[in-house]
Amino acid sequence: MDYSILVAQAINGLQLGVLLFLLASGLTLTFGIMDLVNLSHASFYMLGAFICASLTLWTGSFLLSLVLAIVLTGLAALVIELGLVRRLYTLPHLDQVLATFGMILCLDTLVHIFWGPAGIVMPLPAWLNGQINIGEIVLPVYRLMIIAVGLLVAVLLYVLVSHTRTGMLIRAGASNRTMVSALGVDIKLLFSGVFVAGSVCAGLAGMMIAPITEASIGMGNEIIITAFVVVIIGGIGSIKGAFVAALLIGMIDTLGRAYLDTVFAAFMDTETAETAAPAISAMLIYLLMAVILAVRPQGLFPPRLR
Amino acid sequence: MNTRKHIHNTTNILRASALSAAIALSGFTPLAQAQDDSVKIGFVTTLTTGGAVIGNDMKNAVELALEHLDNTAGGKKLEVLFEDDQFKPEIGKQVTDKLVKQDDVDFVAGFIWSHVLMASFKSVVNADKILISANAGPSPIAGKLCNENFFSTSWQNNQTPMAMGQLLNDKGVNSLYIMAPNYAAGKDMVAGVESVFEGEIKGKDLTKWGADAQLDFSAELAKAKASGAEGIFIFYPGKAAGAFIKQYTQAGLQDSLPLYTVFTVDALSLPKLQEAGLDGVMGSENTQFWGPDLDNETNKKFVSSFKEKYGTYPSFYAAQSYDAINLIAAAVEATGGDTSDTAALRAEMEKANFDSVRGAFSYGNNHMPIQNFYSRKVVADADGNWTTTISSTVMENHQDPFAGECKL
Amino acid sequence: MDNALNRSEQSKLAHHKCRSFYRRHRGSVLPGMINLLVLVALGALPVIAYLDGQIFWLDVATRLVILAIAAVSLNLVLGFCGLASFGHAAFIGIGAYAVGIPVYHETYGGFEMIAGYSGWWHLALAIAVSALFALVTGAISLRTRGVHFIMITMAFSQMMYYTLVSLQEYGADDGLSIDLRSELPLLNLDDPLHLFGLCFASLLGALLLSWTLVRSRFGKVLVAARSNEPRLKSLGVETYRYQLVAYVISGAMCGYAGALMANFTVFISPSMVEWSRSGELIFMVVFGGSAYLFGPVIGTAAFILLEYFLSRFTVYWHLPFGILLILVVLFLRGGVSGSIARLFSKRSAVSNSVSVNSTSVAEGSAPAIQGSSQARGEDTP
Repeated sequence: MDYSILVAQAINGLQLGVLLFLLASGLTLTFGIMDLVNLSHASFYMLGAFICASLTLWTGSFLLSLVLAIVLTGLAALVIELGLVRRLYTLPHLDQVLATFGMILCLDTLVHIFWGPAGIVMPLPAWLNGQINIGEIVLPVYRLMIIAVGLLVAVLLYVLVSHTRTGMLIRAGASNRTMVSALGVDIKLLFSGVFVAGSVCAGLAGMMIAPITEASIGMGNEIIITAFVVVIIGGIGSIKGAFVAALLIGMIDTLGRAYLDTVFAAFMDTETAETAAPAISAMLIYLLMAVILAVRPQGLFPPRLR
Repeated sequence: MNTRKHIHNTTNILRASALSAAIALSGFTPLAQAQDDSVKIGFVTTLTTGGAVIGNDMKNAVELALEHLDNTAGGKKLEVLFEDDQFKPEIGKQVTDKLVKQDDVDFVAGFIWSHVLMASFKSVVNADKILISANAGPSPIAGKLCNENFFSTSWQNNQTPMAMGQLLNDKGVNSLYIMAPNYAAGKDMVAGVESVFEGEIKGKDLTKWGADAQLDFSAELAKAKASGAEGIFIFYPGKAAGAFIKQYTQAGLQDSLPLYTVFTVDALSLPKLQEAGLDGVMGSENTQFWGPDLDNETNKKFVSSFKEKYGTYPSFYAAQSYDAINLIAAAVEATGGDTSDTAALRAEMEKANFDSVRGAFSYGNNHMPIQNFYSRKVVADADGNWTTTISSTVMENHQDPFAGECKL
Repeated sequence: MDNALNRSEQSKLAHHKCRSFYRRHRGSVLPGMINLLVLVALGALPVIAYLDGQIFWLDVATRLVILAIAAVSLNLVLGFCGLASFGHAAFIGIGAYAVGIPVYHETYGGFEMIAGYSGWWHLALAIAVSALFALVTGAISLRTRGVHFIMITMAFSQMMYYTLVSLQEYGADDGLSIDLRSELPLLNLDDPLHLFGLCFASLLGALLLSWTLVRSRFGKVLVAARSNEPRLKSLGVETYRYQLVAYVISGAMCGYAGALMANFTVFISPSMVEWSRSGELIFMVVFGGSAYLFGPVIGTAAFILLEYFLSRFTVYWHLPFGILLILVVLFLRGGVSGSIARLFSKRSAVSNSVSVNSTSVAEGSAPAIQGSSQARGEDTP
């Protein structure tokens, strides 16, 4: 086996995992703390990508646009939380699913009206477009940066959740919501904060991926299911679980795509392997989830009751 | 309890129900009974979701064609009803049924997607109306399901990649890496190029497609690079095109692994790529039955007035849609405006006797075009806009490989 | 380990308890009359329109009725058991392919074991394979609850989707055109009226089956298990088995709807199994009111008709449609049926508004009945 390709694939898997973590962290927190099944979570992923891409084309600076886009995505999330989302927290899950699906339709259409249906291809600044060569191994700088940003956010979230008072409330909220509100904590403020922070994380993921793919309508709907799979495998409400599951799924999905046909070709003819491998590799993450849920119905790291 | 409020609610509900009843009834009233002085054409395309980019381009071309025809053919008014298939087969079938059964159209045209065309196919041909595909060309409809009421102004899926295979042979490319999405059209493209290409296939990746399509091709590109192939052939329609070209450029492959595409680099994706400055696509080659600089009078008029009206180059989708309307208009003209005799219309259309933007062509037994295919290179035009230019004719009067399966 | 999630699930279940089926049966007669009226309208209007020459409406109605059967089947697990399956589109796909594949082989040869044009054979195959799929996936899925159940059923339907996509012989993503409809005695399914008649009769059958189930001891156990599963278990009731049987019946019924769908569209493709289709089925049920036997029918009708009429006005119709979904959740608790029931349970004396039809409330202009709290609150024994 060629090691340089294997390393390249591992980097790609890691990058996908990190992006999934950015999405899933917000999802798992809103799910765990506010008990909100938010299908429209990935709409902020799309929104972040569109805002950042159009700002980059306009200002010419990726970094400036990134900062502005984070602020704007956060503002959008805040407005939506105040106007609508906070009224959904106490509803049954299925009602939440219906309402947040309605939000997806609205946000997708608004983006269509505002930016047109074509989507935006966004350039990457030259200083991020390079590669690092270590012997045979070629590492694209931008992908390394995505991984670095993702890991940084993961560390920040870890510190926030494990070592601050807010984090304590968040953890308490994930395990016992009624207790937290009984303590006299301003639960509304906490909820707004968590929702905005989670949405910004999703938006950041969109901003990170836009220079690789492009900003397009419905890009969120493609990844939201995978993000939910991450949340479920990791255990609802668990940041640690989301992190582990995101990296696991990123790796399995990428390596499955890359090597499954080779593996299959070892014990069946090439034709069958070429047909079966893409189908099975697309199924892998669902197989993984079904197996994990069959063995551990609460996921890998269910939050403990405190 | 608050009785007044309840009564108020009830009146509102009654009002609402009256409204809805009115809407429902307006649906039941015969809408504009088929007027004898107009020829009705239903046009099914995608106007919502990301696919609306293609749908809008087709719609623009149809409107341009009507403008050029002065909205008349054979002394009758041409009327086009647009319907949105939402990129879903059963919605495509439903709107097609509406066009056929309620609006009583004379022709149904359009159809970007193979599965939408397949789902809607019988609704039109079984009603003895004429169906014109302005894009999709799945193999069953060219082969065993072929129908005398079906015509195409595009191509059968396999033809364009077969031309690409031929181009690669002509250029002396010895080995190839292949990438396409894992769905029926993607597999058709791969099969097409493989059936003609004589060199070695170093590797092949079919990537995940559908609602959660894969847009990050880094893993596959790493494999392609390591394979040592002399070129890479891809088919990535729609938004996947931008994503692929970008990653191809970012991976710095344009010097070591020349790019050959079908239906990926077109007038819809090039402006976006140019805006983002992704010049890795410059000089890459693709094959097509048509190009904006194809030298004939009809095409010159089409391209220049399209650019004037909409500010961009027309895409091949637009060219096919423009032709679809002109094919209909020519047949209606020939029958003197009589649309009641489907057989006569069919006989006229079989002659392909109209000014096509691709120049003269003919129809095979399965009503798929027998036409030339060209190789096209990506260049910047005199104004600096990125476009494609025809560099050679790769195949002349090419007929699709499924015509033999058609019993017509 | 009985953590916050479980408790919040339970508190949500409390909301549902009021919507028990018993309560509805004891309740006012008027909602029942509305349901009957909707059903008669659904059966008669398209036929009248068809005979009047407006043949298109029969197609809309046929699709609506078939989806309503699927929604009714979903409600067997969603409404009775409180288990939201996010994978019911898989059964529609199985049922549809159970028609498409035998017809394909009868026409083009091969696989003679299953080839055939007989409608009985198609329906039997659709029901049997769906039931089997439901048995296997249900046995695993029912180990989980709540959102985990939603996700694991979705996972199984995604696996079905990718399996169908890889079936090269049956057209993969492009799908397969069905050359001939199922052959049934006395019926000619090529005649739209016959097809609609079969579908409508099937819907009545599905409703009757649900109604019978809900009133049986079996149904009572399911509803009781939804409210308080631990109590039933402590009484020695094997709730798991009951739920599995319900899931299998539901899957088989949905597979049957799929077979009808294949006969309606004469086209099958993996897109019938996309997760968004399962989502739409859930929306139809919740929209109509998951706690009501008839809710899925009203929900499907409202959904299909809204989709059809809104998309007439503008290509941006997803915006008003989305807003409407949000409004329904915020103001029409318990879906359309819930609102109707609440309206009448409070003031059953006023009976002159029976003319409310299926779409009226769904138009969204009907304001909320204030204080949906009354609708929750109390428990049913």
